[in-house]
Amino acid sequence: MKRIVTIETRDLACSAINGGCGECQTC
Amino acid sequence: MIHQYKLNGYNIVLDVYSGSVHVVDDVAYDIIGMFEKTPRGQIVSAILEKYAGRPDVTAEDIEQCIDDVEALKSAGKLFTQDTYENIASDFKNRSDDIKALCLHVAHTCNLNCEYCFASQGKYSGDRAIMSFEVGKQALDFLVEHSGNHVNLEVDFFGGEPLMNWDTVKRLVEYARSIEAERGKKFRFTLTTNGVLVDQDVIEFSNREMHNVVMSLDGRREVHDRFRKDYAGNGSYDKVVPKFQEFAKARGNREYYIRGTYTHYNTDFTQDIFHMADLGFTKLSMEPVVCSTDDPCALTEEDLPVLFEQYEILAKDMLRREREGHPITFYHYMIDLKHGPCIYKRISGCGSGTEYMAVTPWGDLYPCHQFVGDPKYLMGNVWDGVKNNNIRDEFRKCNVYARPDCSDCWAKLYCSGGCPANAYHATGDITGTYEYGCKLFRKRMECAIMMEAAKSLGENG
Repeated sequence: MKRIVTIETRDLACSAINGGCGECQTC
Repeated sequence: MIHQYKLNGYNIVLDVYSGSVHVVDDVAYDIIGMFEKTPRGQIVSAILEKYAGRPDVTAEDIEQCIDDVEALKSAGKLFTQDTYENIASDFKNRSDDIKALCLHVAHTCNLNCEYCFASQGKYSGDRAIMSFEVGKQALDFLVEHSGNHVNLEVDFFGGEPLMNWDTVKRLVEYARSIEAERGKKFRFTLTTNGVLVDQDVIEFSNREMHNVVMSLDGRREVHDRFRKDYAGNGSYDKVVPKFQEFAKARGNREYYIRGTYTHYNTDFTQDIFHMADLGFTKLSMEPVVCSTDDPCALTEEDLPVLFEQYEILAKDMLRREREGHPITFYHYMIDLKHGPCIYKRISGCGSGTEYMAVTPWGDLYPCHQFVGDPKYLMGNVWDGVKNNNIRDEFRKCNVYARPDCSDCWAKLYCSGGCPANAYHATGDITGTYEYGCKLFRKRMECAIMMEAAKSLGENG
């Protein structure tokens, strides 16, 4: 039986490839 | 590193370095807890013993579950390793681009709130109003030093910015006039105590302000305990109708009702629910940060109460969403699918590097919380940053600069926490404000649980 459900999330390791575009909001 | 916790009937497993979130049953929860340090055979026998009365828990089933955990580990979704420290060390070589300014257009206020971090808006200095010329120079400074950034942010802050409203409007008009020519887009935010809100403020803000932050602490007696005018009169009855009109006029535009809770209202969810009863739907409530000997300071004894309050809020928000009248709470607004990249998560708010505060006379500080502290005067909007040591100090101030954070599961959500809070608590911007950490971790557990519940289609 299926005992683990994985929620869809952004892969942080993958996001490191981009280098960060810096256009997101800046407390 | 993983973090496991149980909340609201859910067993949650967070994989810290991939950001993966898993909802598991009790058997898988126990298996994952043993997986790293217990041989496979011992896991099987321990689980069989614990769940001896359960016909669905067989040796074969447990083996399958262990295989599933192995597969998730191989896929980089469980027990992933930290590979980001080298990114953090790159930050010291990053550009000097600036993309956001907090303009202190008024170092004066028409309220006399006892808990104000800014000493009633004066920041321990003289009352002052920013001239249009200083503000214009600040905007030119921002554009000039923004590099390739397109989206630039400007917060109109104080004190009470509406005490210098004409200058705010002129500065917005000036910024709009140079957008096309300079290839920039300004996003403005206004923070106000509400006293001077009128039709002109509402209409102009709805045209020009990307966000409006309205200060309200909740129930009348809670709000009026601290938020009084100079005659000692509470401001609740004066500002609530104005905020209601303002929020209604905002339509789908962004706004926040932002409160502060203290030792006197550790039942702060009642204040959040009161805000909702008043018709507000976009809410935020911050724990007071003040000297530990202040009577309004939160105490260690308050923590269990506060933790319970955050859980009550999370469950109630799921109920409201299920019933079709949702509210938002700033600290629960995480986006698991399209949230920030790892660079943002490591570097945090950008204070002292890409974000700075400007005083009414044009001085630059790392952020509004440092204004008035001569140790953190960085330069001014005419000459730029003159004290590069401060900028370098903040550039290195990321989650990997804090030894206390190395084993914390929440570090890629808080980015090491607020440098100003750390400075005021420990005297060092790379310190940690541990009380704030405890509250933050609780809020993140609630926020992740809520996102998991929504993903599973079980709002509550």
